[in-house]
Amino acid sequence: MIRNTRRNFLKTAGALGAVSALPLSACQGAPRVVVIGGGFGGATAAKYVKMFDPGIDVTLIEVNKTYATCPLSNTVYGGFHTVEEIIHGFKPMAGHGVKVVHDLVTRITPGKGAAGEGGKVMTKGGKTFEYDRLIVSPGIDFKSFPGYGPAEHGLVPHAWKAGPQTTLLRKQLLALEDGQNVIICPPPNPFRCPPGPYERTSMVAWYLKNHKPKSKVIVLDAKEKFSKMGLFKEGWAQHYTNIEWVAASKDGTVQRVDAKTRTAFTEFGEHKAGVLNFIPPQTAAKLGHDAGLTDKSGWCPIHLATFESKIHKGIHVLGDAAIASGMPKSGNAANTQAKVCAAAVARAVRGQTSGAPKTTNTCYSYITPEHAMSVTAVYELPAGAKKYTKVKGSGGLSPMDAGREFRKLEAKNAWGWYINIAEDIWG
Amino acid sequence: MQKRKLTTGIAVAVAAIAFSVTAYADSHVKKLPDTLILVSNCFNCHGTNGVSVGIIDELDSMSAKRLAKKMREFRSGAKAGTIMTRIAKGYSDAEIDVIANYIEKVND
Repeated sequence: MIRNTRRNFLKTAGALGAVSALPLSACQGAPRVVVIGGGFGGATAAKYVKMFDPGIDVTLIEVNKTYATCPLSNTVYGGFHTVEEIIHGFKPMAGHGVKVVHDLVTRITPGKGAAGEGGKVMTKGGKTFEYDRLIVSPGIDFKSFPGYGPAEHGLVPHAWKAGPQTTLLRKQLLALEDGQNVIICPPPNPFRCPPGPYERTSMVAWYLKNHKPKSKVIVLDAKEKFSKMGLFKEGWAQHYTNIEWVAASKDGTVQRVDAKTRTAFTEFGEHKAGVLNFIPPQTAAKLGHDAGLTDKSGWCPIHLATFESKIHKGIHVLGDAAIASGMPKSGNAANTQAKVCAAAVARAVRGQTSGAPKTTNTCYSYITPEHAMSVTAVYELPAGAKKYTKVKGSGGLSPMDAGREFRKLEAKNAWGWYINIAEDIWG
Repeated sequence: MQKRKLTTGIAVAVAAIAFSVTAYADSHVKKLPDTLILVSNCFNCHGTNGVSVGIIDELDSMSAKRLAKKMREFRSGAKAGTIMTRIAKGYSDAEIDVIANYIEKVND
């Protein structure tokens, strides 16, 4: 049964608002917070700024009418969830008092105030939004790669942004002839969702095992090791004989792609695929670069306690685009970062400081529909620390040799996690 | 009327908790995060305010005493679990009490 959480949300908002509401807003107008990006980071931040302080005026700018999540998108290839199940809308935002604008941000002018206030956001639709604080959660974009640019995305899907790309890769898998191989090329570090390529490998292997038994999945990797490697390898040994993982040192690194012939070229090899899934090297989304929020690494440096940009005052960056040292680039990480960021912003516009940050990350990966495992962490930021630090003794991986019932329960919990975090963000 | 009084009482109680915790931040001692930062760490798996829409345990139906006891049992290993045994070790007694008290009051 799905319960209505709106009433409870408003009650929380009212309760906490009493702490920080100041008469200031009555005479000078409510502080204005603009949030760009309606994904895991941005949508959470918009909702939680309101939850911390309903007196703040919050506008969320997102170009698309819906958001398809990368988490759970791999299960579409496994065939046990549909794309429709991972798409979320923004209508409930209005009920939380967040104004939603569907438009493309074309320019950010940082504020010149002492705290960076007075900045502006301009959109393709010709609108201008002034802000006291700006939160940017733009996600990732792809670096240029030999033979693989935007023109090739329709032939060789990356499927590292969910939605039409997810549907395309699924269609290609359905059309694959039995006996042809699927090649997956994971990117070098750092990239969005470190275990993602290996969950995808598992889900493709599940589909092939059941529908194309003569086919196999070959992983041409730019790395020597990967996230949750022991648990993936254990699961693969239990369920699959159709996975071949090639490490960088075994000539796994792809150097060039020919999209027309679906061929990946390594230093010594030429690998022709029935379906080629090339996941390109990544960088902060274009908006982060255009707004001058990135450093020479291509990612956005931030103050860890508040997520305020180290480059532009008054602008906060979170999620995959940010350098949140110590935390992985994941949807769940973005969700908990957004709460810390929302608290910092809600306090800052009232001239206050927020409490110590504490964040978590929980990440489930499926190996079969009834076999999943997880990694989790609880992070804190001790005084003077240069990265988010795991609370001693906490977190970690699902145990090895855990048995079928444990894995099955984690598979159920993975979906339970998903529908609750989706409700926490877009509900 | 009775119901309204109750709700106001809860709002005041929750605000008092929020205040007592943020007071650390204001004096730059920063012993604990803001209450809402702390409890919202639970909401990514258990739903906003602990109201779960799926298989994962609802927190809002538990008393503060029961929730705090469960967290301590997960932390010590007295209670088995798939993931909470790992997560509970990230929280101090004081933090567990703040979380449990908040969740008991917020959804009443």
